[in-house]
Amino acid sequence: MLESLRVYGCYVAVALRGQLQYRGSVVMGALGNLMVTGVELFGLWALFDRFGQIQGWTLAEVALLYGMANVSLALAEIVGRGFRVFDQLVKSGDFDRLLLRPRGTAFQVAAQHFELARVGRLIQGLAVLVYALVAQGLLRPGAELVLVVGSIVGGACTFMGVFVLQATVAFFTIESLELFAIITYGGVETAQYPLSIYGDGLRRFFTWVVPLAFANFVPGVVVLGRPERFGPEWLAWASPLVGVGFFWVCLRVWRVGERYYRSTGS
Amino acid sequence: MRAYVAIFEARFRALLQYRAAALAGLATQVFWGLVRVMIFTAFYASSTGAQPMTLPEVITYVWLTQALLMMLPWRPDPDVEQLIRSGNVAYELVRPVDLHGLWLARAVAQRTAPVLLRCLPMVVLAYSVFGMAGPAGPLPALAFAVSLCATVALSAALTALLSVSTFFTLTGRGLHSLVIGVLNLMSGAIIPLPLLPEWIQPLVRVLPFRGLLDTPFRLYMGHLPPEAALQAVGHQLLWTVLLVLAGRWLLARALRRVVVQGG
Repeated sequence: MLESLRVYGCYVAVALRGQLQYRGSVVMGALGNLMVTGVELFGLWALFDRFGQIQGWTLAEVALLYGMANVSLALAEIVGRGFRVFDQLVKSGDFDRLLLRPRGTAFQVAAQHFELARVGRLIQGLAVLVYALVAQGLLRPGAELVLVVGSIVGGACTFMGVFVLQATVAFFTIESLELFAIITYGGVETAQYPLSIYGDGLRRFFTWVVPLAFANFVPGVVVLGRPERFGPEWLAWASPLVGVGFFWVCLRVWRVGERYYRSTGS
Repeated sequence: MRAYVAIFEARFRALLQYRAAALAGLATQVFWGLVRVMIFTAFYASSTGAQPMTLPEVITYVWLTQALLMMLPWRPDPDVEQLIRSGNVAYELVRPVDLHGLWLARAVAQRTAPVLLRCLPMVVLAYSVFGMAGPAGPLPALAFAVSLCATVALSAALTALLSVSTFFTLTGRGLHSLVIGVLNLMSGAIIPLPLLPEWIQPLVRVLPFRGLLDTPFRLYMGHLPPEAALQAVGHQLLWTVLLVLAGRWLLARALRRVVVQGG
């Protein structure tokens, strides 16, 4: 385990050194990313400026959901880039080389990329999160803060899990399916607002199929002391585990998919 | 002129081949539309104050956005970008046609073919199932059609300008994502422009971006009366001309100092 971490550190160091050779490009990429997500945030702010609240949720409360969802996705994007471009590995046949090395394939795929340009979303998400925590008086050591941080990690695991599933499909289809963007980017779009405003179908999907609800809404309701209730309270406190569990299941699916891998031989 | 039409046709037909991508895009855009409609519905249910747009209007606006999203000039022509980066743009220079005109013709195809593939099923679905309204009448429908043509011209002019800018930025990615941000906000792709705060409206009205989505949509639903169509389309066309001129000027400047790498 420790040894794996050390190896991962080496991979990341190499990736970082490579990307920092193009410093201007990284800075511009991060700024652009910040701009795109920032403009979306402005749109959200403008709606609250006009309507005041959404089903009893104020801007400061929704900001907590927004910050948690975006930090989760940003972390997954930065770490999980390898899975998102995985179809190239299959297409070129380079995946064969990964099979020969003495580490798990999922580990190697994840370690091969580390996308610095996505820190734009991370910075913006963190800023909104800190604003929300300060506004709610939650930025102090306590069980609530632990739950928030834990759920963000759990959420990042959930997004990573979806990236892994998306990559797994490439074992069968060679191409990776753009449809998964609905779950990741559509998911973060959905999770920026309280899940309770949506129709039943969407709510069930993001609770029971892809458990994004546990990345922010379920723990958020408890932390904010909102009247919406979701199951027993202990379930909310176990939110981080749901994401980790989902990630574990996705990795099992990856193992199964791997068995069907046929090299393109090119 | 015949040469440009031929370029447009070739590019148009090539782009029509991407049907699987269009299907995936359609599913994505339906999902996005549904989520956005639910968000706006919840906002309107939470407030009783008068708004510059009614909820049914906003819903129609959202579905029109989803149907015509591919018309937005989010990025330069990917092929031209590649040509400039690889130096193969030299071949373009020896062609017996005007370079900016050539890229403009390609851009028109790029902004219409993907939209055609997606918008029809999208509109049918949105109209029959998801509560999108038809045009407010025959005159608004006509104004919408005219304005939409101007939108294609405006979008193509912006695309060509972005393509030319690749001469100066080369990596492209940074500048273009800055453009995407401004474009999304100022065209109405994120939220309908009338719902933006009052203090930003003067800026919104001046900039060209509202001509990409907001202008035709509001003509469609009669939110802008047909009498206002002349002025609205005039704004679109004026900006189209300005952007074409800017693109030509920038291209001339770029070509004066361009050094094509051999090899």
